[in-house]
Amino acid sequence: MSTSTPARAAGATADFLDTRIGASKLVKEFARKIFPDHWSFLLGEIALYSFIVLLLSGTFLTMFFVPSMAEIHYPEDALPVTMQGVQMSEAFASTLKLSFAVKGGLLMRQIHHWAALMFMAAIVTHMLRIFFTGAFRKPRELNWIVGFLLMVLGLVAGFTGYSLPDDVLSGNGLRITDGITKGVPIIGSYASFLIFGGEFPGVDIIPRMFTAHILVVPGLILALVAVHLMLVVVHKHTQYPGPGRTNKNVVGFPLFPVYMAKAGGFFFIVFGVLALMGATMSINAVWNYGPYDPSPVSAGAQPDWYMLFLEGSLRMMPGQAEFVVGGFTVPLNVIIPAMIVPGILLGALALYPFIEAIATGDKREHHVLDRPRNVPFRTAFGVAVLAELIMLALAGSNDLIATHFSLSINDITNTFRVLFFVLPVVTFWITKRICLGLQRRDREIVLHGRETGTIIRMATGEYVEVHKPLDDFERWTLVGYEAPRPREIEPAEDSRGVRRKGYRLDSFKAALSRVFYEDRIEPVTPAELAAAHSHGEHDMLPGGTDNVEPTALAGSGQDTGHTS
Amino acid sequence: MSSKQTPAQGAGVGVRGRDSGTLERFENPGLHPHKPRQADINASAAKRAERQAVTLFAISALASVGAVVGYFMIPLDQTVASVRLSNLTLGVGLGLGMLGFGLAAVHWAKTLMSDVERIDERHDQRGSDETRAEAVQLLKDGAADSGIARRPLLKGAVVGALALAPLPFIVPLVGNLGGDWDVSKLRHTAWRKGRRLAIDPTDTPIRAADVTVGSIFSVMPEGLSEEEHYLEEKAKAVVVLVRVDPRELDENAEHADWAYDGILAFSKICTHVGCPVALYEQQTHHLLCPCHQSTFDVTDGAKVVFGPAKRPLPQLPIAVDDEGYLVAQGDFDEPVGPSFWERLK
Ligand code: HEM
Ligand code: FES
Repeated sequence: MSTSTPARAAGATADFLDTRIGASKLVKEFARKIFPDHWSFLLGEIALYSFIVLLLSGTFLTMFFVPSMAEIHYPEDALPVTMQGVQMSEAFASTLKLSFAVKGGLLMRQIHHWAALMFMAAIVTHMLRIFFTGAFRKPRELNWIVGFLLMVLGLVAGFTGYSLPDDVLSGNGLRITDGITKGVPIIGSYASFLIFGGEFPGVDIIPRMFTAHILVVPGLILALVAVHLMLVVVHKHTQYPGPGRTNKNVVGFPLFPVYMAKAGGFFFIVFGVLALMGATMSINAVWNYGPYDPSPVSAGAQPDWYMLFLEGSLRMMPGQAEFVVGGFTVPLNVIIPAMIVPGILLGALALYPFIEAIATGDKREHHVLDRPRNVPFRTAFGVAVLAELIMLALAGSNDLIATHFSLSINDITNTFRVLFFVLPVVTFWITKRICLGLQRRDREIVLHGRETGTIIRMATGEYVEVHKPLDDFERWTLVGYEAPRPREIEPAEDSRGVRRKGYRLDSFKAALSRVFYEDRIEPVTPAELAAAHSHGEHDMLPGGTDNVEPTALAGSGQDTGHTS
Repeated sequence: MSSKQTPAQGAGVGVRGRDSGTLERFENPGLHPHKPRQADINASAAKRAERQAVTLFAISALASVGAVVGYFMIPLDQTVASVRLSNLTLGVGLGLGMLGFGLAAVHWAKTLMSDVERIDERHDQRGSDETRAEAVQLLKDGAADSGIARRPLLKGAVVGALALAPLPFIVPLVGNLGGDWDVSKLRHTAWRKGRRLAIDPTDTPIRAADVTVGSIFSVMPEGLSEEEHYLEEKAKAVVVLVRVDPRELDENAEHADWAYDGILAFSKICTHVGCPVALYEQQTHHLLCPCHQSTFDVTDGAKVVFGPAKRPLPQLPIAVDDEGYLVAQGDFDEPVGPSFWERLK
């Protein structure tokens, strides 16, 4: 049988590529590389694909956007009618032109803005997935840092982009930036001049942010995304615990064709969803706000969601914290909420892998993910930080909450001030209890099987619920984890009573370790399971049903108490 | 196929906990046996899946063509409706074009491509002991070749020159970024003795008699919009003007003579981080900043009664001129707006 023309052409191309760049080696290495499958692994992909959509739509916008603060009067014959003849910057005018006179321009603006929101949402949920499943553990600590930097760069990209149209809302955002910058001790007013090229607002800030927004920040993001993905390939993807999954293997589907079709297809899905959002959901209709002017502002204005936590932090802080020392003003009422609080929260997130590594003292590589319940301290800590951030974001909407629910804004703010301290403690405690409870329930299920909802009457007249024992595969998922114990340290003095070096550091590590792992629940051991069975459980063991009268009270469900 | 891939089943060692009460931990039972899908065992199910994927691809193609047709058929004819329609057509076409394609690909992968799980082995990131020793030796050899250890002067010179090399780039960049760096501008505004207060944005001067009790005006210096650096000046000079019943004010207050017959002028720039303080509650005489809700009491020198600001809004001393128009007695006696390190110096 002779080969067809396309097949021959493909063969020739392959030969060309192989003899020029050794393509066959690449194909051999990567074509059938295995990728595990799980919906939560799509979060990072959504972030990546939203970024690609941002690059595409952003490039469209650069063709028509004019990054200039030169003042002009909007033409009398152009839409929208409300803006005709109004004095505004060229940046604002070109944004209007993009929206009303460029076919597809409004669509691209709206896709771009929705993609920005989706990008940040995907990055944050992706980060949560990594955190709660322990995917940041050795050897992936550095990639966690890369991801953290990507999140921060995403914030910068979003903020600089949001400011470009030079409307009242974004101008006020810049003014707040200016106010915060001025508050930095010693160099504040110079730092503000540095950013704005002189006094606020000046004529430089839009062109400068344009360069940052379309060149510097996307360039850095692109470079870090490359590093991020390279490290994923080097480390191979983590996998959820389950039968057959170990720290020495990776179970899943080959890159070509399955993963390529799924991941590639998913890019089109993300793009499609963003395009439909841009088509049907209006966003940032700047002509309703008007061009920037330092005087007007409207209540109820909100920044994009990822900046809300900063806004809330600023709103909650009592003003009394500002003080004057030696004639110099130190506005702690700005420094604490705008720099120290976010610094601590984000810093703790960035360094968490290293802190946990100290607590465990574990030097092994980890490729099988944790079920969050099996690491109660980490899960509780993560939920506490998350609750704090959500609370801050809500505080950033306190005026909307006030008008919506007809409450006093002062009461709301005071409540948030209390919650700021109480909420993390309470959420930590509750989450930890829930995790421990779920772990105990897992033990119950392993030892006594799953409830079947079938009640039977024993020969003795006693009613019991039938429990179905787990098979080996089901059981493994529940018992395959490790519960780290607090670190043990050597005594302070050696056998001759000499204090040894490094004892203080060791005892700090041990104390940290106790905080992490004091409360723990060990997985069921084979011995425990055997013991549970020999107690004469009412499991559906082979032959077990012979001893009971088969009068099933079907449908009586879980809430009929069962003996165990 | 490379040898490191083994088919799905039987990866683990099957020592089962149930039979052996002595084990510390359970053993991994290995992969679950593969369960075939409908399309794997039923040819017509596979055919159906294929038809579904083809349909989705077809929807995608039609939508893409529809969007292009819409681009040419829908003119932007100076009506908002045409802008909306064009946006909708292009967006829905693009969206369905993408979505159909993506769904088709994923459907194909899920129903028709093999779903037998495969296994790759992992290896530690760490290099083997030999590799490490070799790497260390290579570095040592390289360092010895460079002679850096034996020539401390060279080491110092390299570090010194390298540290200085970026300066010719950084100094001009940073040096120019701040414009004239004259931060003393933060201390002054465009208000001068005798300059009239004008309504923003119409620039009409305000007669004291026209300001009724309970009213509020946004005000700027008359004629400011004609001046250079208009926005920068406006960003400092904007003022809110309110009139309260003079009996509500304390006659013995420090700056009682800065008001005119119950008319008070305060900087509109919030002392927190600089938003315009734009909301006024008549009954309580409170000015509210919409950004972070700092609340200022105008009958008490605009002191803060709630919120994240610490300092009162600076007050502009005002009077009336011969024609009855409101004028400034001079500039503010302190910098307006957010706090900065040297503001009191
Ligand atoms: C890295 C992620 C990016 C994010 C989070 C982001 C975010 C934003 C946001 C929120 C806006 C305001 C849009 C509006 O409502 O008008 C914006 C505007 C803009 N972006 Fe981006 N962007 C990103 C990347 C890019 C890239 C790569 C380019 C160019 C290649 C670009 C070009 C533009 C332009 C020209 C504007 C102003 C046009 C306008 O506002 O109408 N962006 N960006
Ligand atoms: S700027 Fe006014 S309260 Fe923050």
